[in-house]
Amino acid sequence: MSGVRVLVGTRKGAFILNSDEARTDWDVSGPHFPGMEIFHLKASPLDPNRIYASQASDWFGQIMHRSDDGGQTWQTVGNEFAYDGVPGTHQWYDGTPHPWDFKRVWHLEPSPHDLDTVYAGVEDAALFKSTDGGQTWRELSGLRTHTTGNSWQPGAGGLCLHTIILHPTDPDRIVVAISAAGAFRSDDGGETWLPINRGLRSDYIPDEDAEVGHCVHNITMHPSRPDTLFMQKHWDVMRSDDAGGKWHEVSGNLPSDFGFPIGVHAHEPETIYVVPITSDSHHFPPDGKLRVYRSRAGGNDWEALTNGLPQENCYVNVLRDAMSVDRLPSCGVYFGTTGGQVYASADSGDNWTAIVHDFPAVMSVEAQTLS
Amino acid sequence: MIRVVLPPHLRALAGVGREIQVSVDGTVTQRSVVDAIEAAHPMLRGTIRDHQTKARRPMVRFFVSEQDLSHEPLDAALPDEVARGREPFWILGAIAGGRR
Repeated sequence: MSGVRVLVGTRKGAFILNSDEARTDWDVSGPHFPGMEIFHLKASPLDPNRIYASQASDWFGQIMHRSDDGGQTWQTVGNEFAYDGVPGTHQWYDGTPHPWDFKRVWHLEPSPHDLDTVYAGVEDAALFKSTDGGQTWRELSGLRTHTTGNSWQPGAGGLCLHTIILHPTDPDRIVVAISAAGAFRSDDGGETWLPINRGLRSDYIPDEDAEVGHCVHNITMHPSRPDTLFMQKHWDVMRSDDAGGKWHEVSGNLPSDFGFPIGVHAHEPETIYVVPITSDSHHFPPDGKLRVYRSRAGGNDWEALTNGLPQENCYVNVLRDAMSVDRLPSCGVYFGTTGGQVYASADSGDNWTAIVHDFPAVMSVEAQTLS
Repeated sequence: MIRVVLPPHLRALAGVGREIQVSVDGTVTQRSVVDAIEAAHPMLRGTIRDHQTKARRPMVRFFVSEQDLSHEPLDAALPDEVARGREPFWILGAIAGGRR
């Protein structure tokens, strides 16, 4: 019998939510790593029981965990993320040079091509790769040492590499996004990188054609159309149909085009989801209404999905890694809030229920489809 | 044996109780004690000090007999009471919570 496992990272531990195909009754396990900030958990697409977790704290630094039994037991794996060579500087908020300094792992992306290969996106921005199941990590330093690297500046959350998109069939194609440097693509397995930010416009960058400096919040891709990328930028929802060669805006009739996560339906590559947030100075939904917006046209034409979501006095946020979909025949959509709710829809977003109401602030949500 | 008191999160990570014991060859210093801790409990590598520089993490402190030794040189001999196992070497997390 098939089912769903939802991996939830929160400010105070990790939780694992399990349900059968109906997705009406949920078993909640956790907190795993209680009290610790869990930025991200993600499972291997090749073995659903192989799960990686990133735990980070100001006190004891980065700790990495791996489970090989679906999250029932965990072992610590390698936590040494050493920049390649002398890392030099990037720009600080005030424009002065600032030394590159590893802080934490924001995002983990297990490879669809090799079970023991996993990528980690870190702050200060860099991409690391492990080929031994997370025991050791090597920086793919061609990204950080790109000629623009010393001009990258942090966003409000830090200079973080938060998005890693792996091509479903070509192990050499990797797309990453960095706040606030922008999006980059490698076509040689991460050795060399190309900024892919043409068409992005950011009010805080006087140069309209700036190669880098854009605060990309999240990117998603449907595996059947790997050259089509959807982006939630700081402001603006964007789309590219040539693997990031050129972007155009598809914000259309959204009530606000500021937001963090963006997701794509498991079976409909032109159906995408965002959660509009009022603004970068008001990190809560417009009008106190929590609304997911869905476009079935790949953008521009959006509909509000509200059934089961609070439509008054709601002032939570939804962070960039806190939305995911399952691959069951009726696609499930999931997202978590900074208020500690995890919402689920078993019908592509038409109807929502809260699986839990009172978790710590949710930092990441990843849905697994189990057969 | 050198007695070491770990902060709660590191006890949980290492799967040990409040106090552990490690053996140190040669002079008992901050460096040699943490070397011994990491050798006995590899999952604690990087949590007390930096992997590369061996510098104490900023929000971790070292105490012996109520004295803060955090800013003593890494290779200075620790008090004799620690070397003789009469007093534990305390590793503490700073009281700096509440923001989240």
